[in-house]
Amino acid sequence: MLSHYLFFFLSAVALISAMMVLLSKKPIHSVLYLTLTFFTLAGHYILLNAQFLAVVHIIVYAGAIMVLFLFTVMLLNLNIEGEFPKSTLMKFVSAIAGGMIFLVLIGTLKSFEVTTIGNPELTQIGLVKNLGKILYSDYILPFELSSILFLSAMVGAVMLGKKDKN
Amino acid sequence: MGSAITQFQIIPLQYYILFCSALFSIGVIGVLAKRNALVIFMSVELMLNSANLLLAAFSAYRNDPAGQIFVFFIMVVAAAEVAIGLALLVVVYRSTHSIDIYKLDRLKW
Amino acid sequence: MQLISILLLVFPLLGFLTIGLLQKQMNRNLSGILASVAIFINFCLSAFLFGYVISSNQVLEVPLFDWIKFADISIPFALTIDRLSALMLMIVNGVGLLIHIYSIGYMKEDESVNRFFAYLNLFIFFMLILVLGSDYLMLFIGWEGVGLSSYLLIGFWFKDHANNNAAKKAFIMNRIGDLGFLLGIFILFSTFKTLSIIDIADKASMMHSGDMTLTIVTLCLFVGAMGKSAQIPLFTWLPDAMAGPTPVSALIHAATMVTAGIYLIARSSVLFVLSPLTMNVILVVGAVTALVGGLIAIYQNDIKKILAYSTVSQLGFLFMALGLGSFSGAMFHLTTHAFFKALLFLAAGSVIHALSGEQDIRKMGGLRSKIPFTFALFIVGTIAISGIPPFAGFFSKEVILTAAFEHGTAMGVFATCISLLTTIYMFRLLFVVFFKPAGKDFKPAHSVHESPKVMLYPMAVLAILSTLAGFVQLPKLFSETQGFDNYLAPIFATANGLVAAPEHGLSVQTEWLIFILPLCVIALLVFYSYQRFVNAKELTPATGIEKVLADKFYFDEIYDFLFVKPIGFLSDFFRQAVDQTIINGFVNAIGNGTLFAGKRLRRLQTGNVGFYLVIMVFSVIAILFFNIIL
Repeated sequence: MLSHYLFFFLSAVALISAMMVLLSKKPIHSVLYLTLTFFTLAGHYILLNAQFLAVVHIIVYAGAIMVLFLFTVMLLNLNIEGEFPKSTLMKFVSAIAGGMIFLVLIGTLKSFEVTTIGNPELTQIGLVKNLGKILYSDYILPFELSSILFLSAMVGAVMLGKKDKN
Repeated sequence: MGSAITQFQIIPLQYYILFCSALFSIGVIGVLAKRNALVIFMSVELMLNSANLLLAAFSAYRNDPAGQIFVFFIMVVAAAEVAIGLALLVVVYRSTHSIDIYKLDRLKW
Repeated sequence: MQLISILLLVFPLLGFLTIGLLQKQMNRNLSGILASVAIFINFCLSAFLFGYVISSNQVLEVPLFDWIKFADISIPFALTIDRLSALMLMIVNGVGLLIHIYSIGYMKEDESVNRFFAYLNLFIFFMLILVLGSDYLMLFIGWEGVGLSSYLLIGFWFKDHANNNAAKKAFIMNRIGDLGFLLGIFILFSTFKTLSIIDIADKASMMHSGDMTLTIVTLCLFVGAMGKSAQIPLFTWLPDAMAGPTPVSALIHAATMVTAGIYLIARSSVLFVLSPLTMNVILVVGAVTALVGGLIAIYQNDIKKILAYSTVSQLGFLFMALGLGSFSGAMFHLTTHAFFKALLFLAAGSVIHALSGEQDIRKMGGLRSKIPFTFALFIVGTIAISGIPPFAGFFSKEVILTAAFEHGTAMGVFATCISLLTTIYMFRLLFVVFFKPAGKDFKPAHSVHESPKVMLYPMAVLAILSTLAGFVQLPKLFSETQGFDNYLAPIFATANGLVAAPEHGLSVQTEWLIFILPLCVIALLVFYSYQRFVNAKELTPATGIEKVLADKFYFDEIYDFLFVKPIGFLSDFFRQAVDQTIINGFVNAIGNGTLFAGKRLRRLQTGNVGFYLVIMVFSVIAILFFNIIL
C-alpha cells in the first residue's frame, strides 16, 4: 500500500507544481516549479521500477534541460519583464480547451481494453542491465543515429547563438 | 493466490492514464494561455513528459521493454529540441527584444 | 507477276518521295521527266498485266502482308488484278502518263513545278491502291488518298484564297460521301465478317433480292460514290475544283478520280444488283444529275466550268447506266469518257495557255486560225463527246441508250435527250471559242501562240484514242461480237446472272431508230448552235429561266442557306451560349472562386501564433472526439 500513497503524493505534487509553472508571474519561478515537476516524475519512474529511465530523466531534464532554461532566463534577463497581459477571453478559451482535451484523452484511452500482463513492481525490464542489453543489440542503429542528431543539434545551436557579424 | 494479492495491491493503470492526461491538459492550457515563449516552451516539455510517463507505464504493465526504449529516444530528441529551441528563442529575442509570441506576427498575409 | 503488281505501287511512290523530299534541290526540268518516267514504267507494267489478264483469263491475287490481325478479324494488305482493275490500270496509267507529259509543258513556268509533280505521282499511287485493293478497306485507303491528292492539287496555287476555299469545299463535300462509304464498310464487316470484295460477292450472291441489309449497305456505298463522283446533291465541289491547274482537272476531275464512284459500284455489282431499290435511286440520281449538269453547262462562260459541268452530266449519265444494270456499258463509257474528256480538258488548257491564262469564253473567239492544232484536237474531242460516229462517244453512248430503251421507251427518250444536251453545250463552246470573231475587249498579255509539242503530242494520242476506242465494241446492229462486254463478262457474270434478262430484245427497227434519230437531232442542233453562237455579235446576258441555269440552279446559294448558314448560326450560338457562357463561365467560376476564397481565407493567416495554437488544439479535440464516437 505504500506505493499507493507514494503514487498519490507524487501525483499531487506534480500536478500542483505544474499548475504553479503556469500561474507564477516570473519565468524563473516557472523554471523552478518545472524542475520540481520533473523530480516527481522521476519518482514515478522509480515506482514503475524503471530505474534507468528515472536516472536518465533526472540527468537530462533536471540536469541539462532545466539548466539551459535557467541560463536562457538569466542571459536574456527575462525575469524582470514579467508576465505579458493576456485577455480574459483567451484564458477562458484555453481553460475550456484544456478541459476538453482532458476529457477527450480520458475517453480515448478508456475506450481501449487495458490489459495488465506484468507487475510493474516486480518487472525487471526497466533495469539498466536489461535495457542496456536491448539498447545495444536491437536498437543499436537508432542509438548511434541519435548521437548524430545530438551533434547536429549542437552545431545548430552554436550557429544560431553566434552573433551576426553584420 | 499471491498474484491475486499483488493484483489488488498494485496501482491500477487507469490512475496513470488519469494523471498523465491531467498533466498533458495542464501543458495544453499553458501553451494556449501564455504569451511568454519561454513558458510555452516549458508547457511543451510538460506535455512531452506526460506522454513519456504514460509510455513507460504501459511498457511496465505490459512487460514490454520497447516502450521504455522509446521513452529514452524521446528524451534524446527532447534534449536536442530544447537546445535548438532555446537557441532560436535567443535569436528571436535578439531581433525583437521580446519573447512575446504575439509580436511574432509578421509572417502573414 | 506478283512482283510486277507490287512494282506498280512502288514507282509512283518512289517518284513522289524523290521529288517531294528533294523539291528544293531538284532541277525544275528534271522533276517532270522523273515523274513521267515513273508513270511510263508503270504504264508498261500495266500493259503487260493487261495482256496477261486477257490471255490467261485469271484473277491475280497478290497478298502483301497481314495488315490488321487480331481476334477473328483479319484484314490482309492484298492486291487483286482482274479484268476490271486491269482496265482501270490502263486508263489511270495511260491517261496519267499522257497528262504527266503534257504537264511538263503546261507547268513549265510555274515556280513550284516540283511540288506539282510530286502530288501527281502521289495521286497515281493512291489511285492504284484504290483500283487494285482486294478489300473494301484498301479501296477506302485509296479513296481517301485520292481525295487528299485532289485537295492538295486543287489548292495547288494556295496563295489565292479562292483556290483554298475550293480545295476545302471539295474535301468537305467528299467527307460527307466518305461517311456513307465508311458506314457501308462497317455494315459489310458486321454482316459478312470479312471485307474481301470477292468473298463478300460470293456470300451476297446467296442472299435474296431486296434484302434489307444489302439495301442499306448499297445505299451507304452509293452515298460514298455520290461524293466522289459529284452527283446531286454533292456535286457542287467539282466545278469549284477547276481552281486547280488544268492538267489536274483533266486527270483527277475528269478522267480518273471522279470515276472512282462508278468503279466502286461496278466492283460491288453483285450487291447492287440484289437491291433494286438502290438501283432505282442510282438511276434517278444519275438522271437528275445528268440533266441538271447538262443544263447548267449550256449557260456557263468559263471554259473549264463548262467542261466541269459536262463531266458532272457525263458522270450522271454513267450512274444512269449503272442504275439500268448496264455495268459494262458504264465501264465502256467511262473508258471513252476518260479519253475524250481528258482530251477536251487538255485542249482547253492549251487554249488557256495560248491566251496566257484567260478562261472566260466571252473574251475568246476566232482562235481557229491562230492555234490550228489545238482547234483540230478540240474538234475531235467535241465530236467524240457529242456521240457522232465514228468517234468513241457514239459507241459507248449507244450501249447505254440501248440499255435505257430496254428499260422502257420513256427512259430511253429521256436518256437520249440528256445525251443531246452534250451536243448543245459542247458545240456552243467550240463555236464561241474558235469560230466567233474575237471580241473587242480581248487583249491577251502575249501574242496568241500555239502550245509546245510536249503538250500537243499527248493530246494527239488522246485524240487518236477518242477516235478509235469505240471500235472495241460495235453496236449490235453491225457486229455480233461485243468486244468490251466479253472482256468484262467474267467480272459481271454473277451480277448479270442474278437479274432476269429482259424478255424481249429490241427490235431491229427500234435499234435503227435509236441510231439514226439522235444523229439527225445532233445535226440540227449543231446547225442551230452555229447560227446562234457564231453569228450573234455578243453573248447576251442571261434572263429568266436562263438566268437560273447560268447561276447553276442556285445550288450553292441553297446549300449556303440550308446548311452553311444554319451551321454557322448554330456554331455562333454554341460559341456564345455554350462556350462563352457555360464552359467559360464554369472555368472562370473555378478560378474566381479560388481567388475569392483565397482572399477571404487568407484573413485566417493572422500571424498570431496563439490563434494558430487554439485552432490546432480544437482540431485535435475534434479528431479525438470523432475517434470516440465512431
